[in-house]
Amino acid sequence: MSHADLTIGGPTAGLTAGPAFSVPAKKLAMWLFIIADTATFAACLVAYGFIRNATPNWPRPFHNITNVALMTFILVTSSLTMLLGIRAAKAGDKSGALRWTFITAAAGIIFALLHIREWLALIGEGMTLFQNPWGTGLFGSAFFSITGLHLTHVTAGVIALIVVGIRYQRGRYKADDLEILGLYWHFVDIVWMFVVPLVYLLNLAH
Amino acid sequence: MTTAAEHKSSGIGKDLVVYLCILALAAFQFVIAYQNIDASQMFVRMMIVAIVEAGLALLFFMHLWAENRGLLWFVVVFTVFVLLAMQYGWTDSFRLSGGVPWAK
Repeated sequence: MSHADLTIGGPTAGLTAGPAFSVPAKKLAMWLFIIADTATFAACLVAYGFIRNATPNWPRPFHNITNVALMTFILVTSSLTMLLGIRAAKAGDKSGALRWTFITAAAGIIFALLHIREWLALIGEGMTLFQNPWGTGLFGSAFFSITGLHLTHVTAGVIALIVVGIRYQRGRYKADDLEILGLYWHFVDIVWMFVVPLVYLLNLAH
Repeated sequence: MTTAAEHKSSGIGKDLVVYLCILALAAFQFVIAYQNIDASQMFVRMMIVAIVEAGLALLFFMHLWAENRGLLWFVVVFTVFVLLAMQYGWTDSFRLSGGVPWAK
């Protein structure tokens, strides 16, 4: 097959003509990453569900849900502030976009700090990766691995928000780049919507 | 960049409504956690609420609803397929909890 076949109208012409789904490459790449990361989180949550279902003495250590409720409120609200940042960027309001992006990053930092505080409280009660005072030792490894993976995503998102925000302000990045980062941030929020009921609320002490 | 023309032209109102809906649904999950029901029922109810929350965020926060329909179907079909395929091992989990009847 000649080069002309590939570029003008050969058998593969339909595969090379224009961006897939009329979506720019960077945005499509982010969607592909999100699909892959969904599989990662889903695998963790399904494995957790498998173990929890098959283990009779599964602990229910959570007495107070104030902290996790506050974390949920902050993360969902940060999705709204991210939207406001993107909206400002699309309207050409650079300072507004930067302000909302940094507010989103600040919300992410508060979320992470609340998470770490909760971890420290649980560790203080004797919970480690392999043992805890309430039941099977599998609980600690499941809890820390799932929430840790999510916390890693939040931390990476905060760093990305700061970096992209600064570079957007300096003109190196455009509003579109903020929008793509926004997809990632909303995805982190969506994952939390499943982590809360599965890892926290179903393990509430009654 | 976005093909989400609706997103560009619409005001903050819709985003705010979606945000409030998601917050309300999240609060509802906490209410379910305190209901005096069977754990499996609780799990089902919480998952239904979480799926609705995720759907709202996906369609309106991530503007998938306003994107090219091909992208929407690509994301939904591939993701749902992978999620369903992962449910393959549940029978073994119930086998373990039910006294290992087939391993003897």
